[in-house]
Amino acid sequence: MTKKLRQLDRVVIRFAGDSGDGMQLTGDRFTSETAQLGNDISTLPNFPAEIRAPAGTLPGVSSFQVHFADYDILTPGDSPNVLVAMNPAALKANLADLPRGADIIVNTDEFTRRNLAKVGYQANPLEDDSLAGYTVHPVALTSMTVGALADHEVSKKDAERAKNMFALGLLSWMYSRPYESTLRFLERKFATRPELVAANVAAFKAGWNFGETTEDFAVRYEVKPAKMHPGTYRNITGNMALSLGLVAAGVRSELPVFLGAYPITPASDILHELSKHKRFGVLTMQAEDEIAAIGAALGASYGGALGVTTTSGPGVALKSETISLAVALELPLVIVDVQRAGPSTGMPTKTEQADLSMALFGRHGEAPVVVLAPKSPADCFYAALEAARIALTYRTPVILLSDNYVANGSEPWLLPDVESLPDLRVDFATRPNGEDGATFLPYLRDPETLARPWAVPGTPGLEHRIGGLEKADKTGDISYDPANHDLMVRTRAARIEAIPVPDLEVEDPDGDARVLVLGWGSTYGPIGAACRGLRQRGLSIAQAHLRHLAPMPANLGEILRSYERVVIPEMNLGQLAHVIRARHLVDAIGYNQVHGLPFTANELETMLEEVLKNV
Amino acid sequence: MSEPVALKLTAKDFKSNQEVRWCPGCGDYAILAAVQGFMPELNIPRERIVFVSGIGCSSRFPYYMNTYGMHSIHGRAPAIATGLSTTRPDLSVWVVTGDGDALSIGGNHLIHALRRNVNLKILLFNNQIYGLTKGQYSPTSEVGKITKSTPVGSADAPFNPLSLALGAEATFVARTIDSDRKHLQSVLRAAAEHEGSAFVEIYQNCNIFNDGAFEQLKGPATRDDSLIRLEHNQPITFGRDGQFCVVHPAGGFGLEVRETAATAAEEIVVHDATITDPAYAFALSRLPGLDLRNTPIGVFRSVRRPSYDSVVQEQLDAARATVTDTREQQFAGLLHSGDTWTID
Repeated sequence: MTKKLRQLDRVVIRFAGDSGDGMQLTGDRFTSETAQLGNDISTLPNFPAEIRAPAGTLPGVSSFQVHFADYDILTPGDSPNVLVAMNPAALKANLADLPRGADIIVNTDEFTRRNLAKVGYQANPLEDDSLAGYTVHPVALTSMTVGALADHEVSKKDAERAKNMFALGLLSWMYSRPYESTLRFLERKFATRPELVAANVAAFKAGWNFGETTEDFAVRYEVKPAKMHPGTYRNITGNMALSLGLVAAGVRSELPVFLGAYPITPASDILHELSKHKRFGVLTMQAEDEIAAIGAALGASYGGALGVTTTSGPGVALKSETISLAVALELPLVIVDVQRAGPSTGMPTKTEQADLSMALFGRHGEAPVVVLAPKSPADCFYAALEAARIALTYRTPVILLSDNYVANGSEPWLLPDVESLPDLRVDFATRPNGEDGATFLPYLRDPETLARPWAVPGTPGLEHRIGGLEKADKTGDISYDPANHDLMVRTRAARIEAIPVPDLEVEDPDGDARVLVLGWGSTYGPIGAACRGLRQRGLSIAQAHLRHLAPMPANLGEILRSYERVVIPEMNLGQLAHVIRARHLVDAIGYNQVHGLPFTANELETMLEEVLKNV
Repeated sequence: MSEPVALKLTAKDFKSNQEVRWCPGCGDYAILAAVQGFMPELNIPRERIVFVSGIGCSSRFPYYMNTYGMHSIHGRAPAIATGLSTTRPDLSVWVVTGDGDALSIGGNHLIHALRRNVNLKILLFNNQIYGLTKGQYSPTSEVGKITKSTPVGSADAPFNPLSLALGAEATFVARTIDSDRKHLQSVLRAAAEHEGSAFVEIYQNCNIFNDGAFEQLKGPATRDDSLIRLEHNQPITFGRDGQFCVVHPAGGFGLEVRETAATAAEEIVVHDATITDPAYAFALSRLPGLDLRNTPIGVFRSVRRPSYDSVVQEQLDAARATVTDTREQQFAGLLHSGDTWTID
C-alpha cells in the first residue's frame, strides 16, 4: 500500500519501558540516526537509580526523550508527540505528560492481567475508553519479534530482548530515519557474537517492514534537516563533552592530566571515558574514597600535572577539606560536580542545581575558589577547558558545576579546530626569584595574575616546603603573625575576585524589555525557549545567563539595575537569587522547582508572562 | 635508584633553615637527625626527594628537611603522595605520619596505599598518644589508658600497626626505635631499596604525654631481654645471653618464645623476610605482649610485587607506543570519532 508522507517541523518522541528493556540504547540509536539526517536535536534520558528495579513496576520505568526539528531547538521538549510504551508501567508513568491527540505505540504482549495488576490498572486501558483522546497503535512487539527471529539460532530470551530493535525499526520507518549507523553499531556491539548481530538486524528490519505494510500506520513523517553552521558535527552528551574538554586541556597545556575519582552517579562516565585516553598522557585513578580522589589529584598538581577530580554533591562535601588545602597551597585543581538531587543520596539519577551554595561557600575558613557552570551538553567541552585554563593560569581550585540534565542530555556539537582552542601552556618556576638571586620565595606573586610560582619537585635550587599552616607573605614560612594572616586572607580573596571573566551578555532583540530573566548552568535551554515563545507572541523580555559564578562578571550589577524586574529561575530554592540579592541589593524574584527534572519551557513562559503583566 | 655520580651530600645539606619546634626531649629530634644523616646515602639530588606529611607532631617533619615537602591535612598524606608518586616516577617520595594520623583519621588511605604498593616510603612515628592535641589516647594506646578524654580508662582495643599493614598486603614491613640510630638507619636503607610501599613503624617517645612508653625496650636492664633483633637468614635468638629463641610449635598457628637451652637448634626459626605468605611476618608481629617483652625489630617482610606506579607507567607506555601522530592530530581524530555528519 502507498503511505501518505507528511512534513513536520518538529517531533518529540519518548521511548519508555522497563529498566531491562534497553530504552536508553534505543533512544540513543534513534538520536544518532536523526543526527545523521541533520536535524537539530536535544535529548533527555530519565532512569531510576536501581539497575534492575522489580520488572514491570512503576519505579522500574526508564525513558529516553528525543526532540528533533528542522530549526534550532533549545530543549528536549516539554511533552512528547509520540510515546512508545513497552509495558503497562511505562504507559501509566508517562501518560500524564502526553497532550491529547498524541500517538501511543504500546507493546500489547506485556498488557497481561498480571502486569496490569502490578501497576494498579483495574481494567486494561487498551480495552476501555481511557485512552480515547489519543491515537493508540497496539503492536504485539515481543511476539512479532520472536516470530521474525524463528529461523535464527538465538535463545528465546535473546529473541525477546531484540524487541527494542523492532520498536526502533518501526519508529525509524515512521520518521524516515537513515539507519546505516544503527546497523554499523550493532555489528560493533555484538562483534564477538555474529548470531546476535543477525538477530538484532533482523528485528530492526522486521519493525521497519511492519510499519511499511500494516494498515495501522497510514502516515509516514519527514522532518527536514535544520539550517546549521557548516562543519562536521557529532551528537554529544555533557559528560562526554566534559571528558573531551579535559583531554583537550592536557593537549593544549602539554601537561599530563591526572584524574582521581571515586565512582558516583552521575559523574562516573567521565572516569570511564578518561580511562581510555592514556595515549594522551591522561592518567586515571579509581581511589578508595572521595577524599583520596581529590588528595591524589592535588598531589599530582603539586608534581606538575593538571589534577582533576570528578564527583557529585555528596563527594564535594567530602572533598571540602582538601579544597581548602588547595586554596592555601595555591595549586591548580579542577573539581567537577555533576549535580544531582539531594540532600544525602537524594535522587541520584535526577537533576538539580542545589550545590551552588556549597560550591561558593561550603568550606572552612575564608576559602574562595572559582566556580563555573556549563549551559548545555556541548558547552561542557568549553567549560572544562575554561576551568583548566583558570586553574593553571591563576593556580587555584576551580569548581565546575555540571548537572545530571546536561551530563546525560545530548545535542549536536560543531566540532572545533584543535588549533583554535586556547593555548594553555604554563611557565613553571625554574630559578630563584629573590632579590639576592639565590633565594626562592614560593609565595612571591606575579603582579599581573597574583599567582604564586609553580615550582615542581625535581627543580634544582627551588626546594621549599608548603603546607596548610598559614604562610608568611613571599617566603611561605609558617607564620602566626596577625597582620600577615589578615594580609594573606585578603590576598587570597582579592586574587580570585580579580580574575578577569567576560562581561555578561544580554539577549534582548526588541531592545525595550523591562524584565530580565537571569539563569545559570543547565537552565539555559528552557529559559531561552520560554523567552522565544514570549517574543513570538510580541512580548519583550531580556535573557542573561551566568557562566562565571565566582568571580562574577564585572558588568552584572549595572545590568541588574537597568531592568525593572529581575527573575531568577533555578532548580533549587533560590541559591543564586540569594547571592544576587546580597551582593547587588536587587529585589530579584526567584522561581524555583525541585522536581528532579529540568524546567519545561511552557511553565517558564507562563510564569514570565505573569511577571510581565505585573510590571 | 642510585646515581652514577657521587653527589657528596652531607647531613647538613638536608637541614632546612626552619627552627625545629618539637618539645625539648622529644623522640622526633633523634629520628630527624637519623633521617638527615641517612639521606646522603641515597645519592639522590635533594630536589628529587619529597617529604609529605599529614597532621600531628610528626607531620611537622617536612618543614625541617631541605628537600621538597608538603605538610598536608590530617590523615591524607598517603593519598596525596600517591598522586605525586604515580605522576612523577622520577621522585623519591617519603610519607611521615603518626599513630593518630595514619591509623585513625587516615586509616583508609594507609591500607589502600599499601595494597596498591605505591612507591612510597612510609615512616609511622608511633608514640601511642595524641601529642599535638595535648594528650588524648590514640588507636595504638593500650586498653584502659587514662587520658584527658578517657578519665576512667579507654574502652577500645588498640591496633597492632604491623599486623594491620600485613593484612593490607604490604610488601615491606619493618619496625625500629627512635633512640637506636644505627638500627633506624639500617631499616631506612632497606626501605629505600624496596620497590613499592615500604612501611616502617618507629617507636617514638613522647616525653610530655606518654613518657617512657617504650622504656622496656630502651633501658639497659630490660632491653636485651625484650628486643628481638631480626636478621635475615639468621636463627631468631635473643636475650642478654641468647637465652631465648623463637620456634614454630607443631600444630600451632603462630610463633612462640622458648628457652634456647631447652630447644633443639633445628627447631629455632631462621628469619626470612622474603617468605611470600604473610602469615609468617604476621606471627612475628603478634609476639610482643602488653609489657613489650619479645618485641621484634628489623625487617619483618620484604617481598617483590610490581609497584602501582610501575604498572601505571607500563600502561601509559603501551598506550603511547602505538601513537605516530602529534597530540593535536590524535586529538582531532578523537573528536571526529563515532558517528559524525557534515553540513556544507
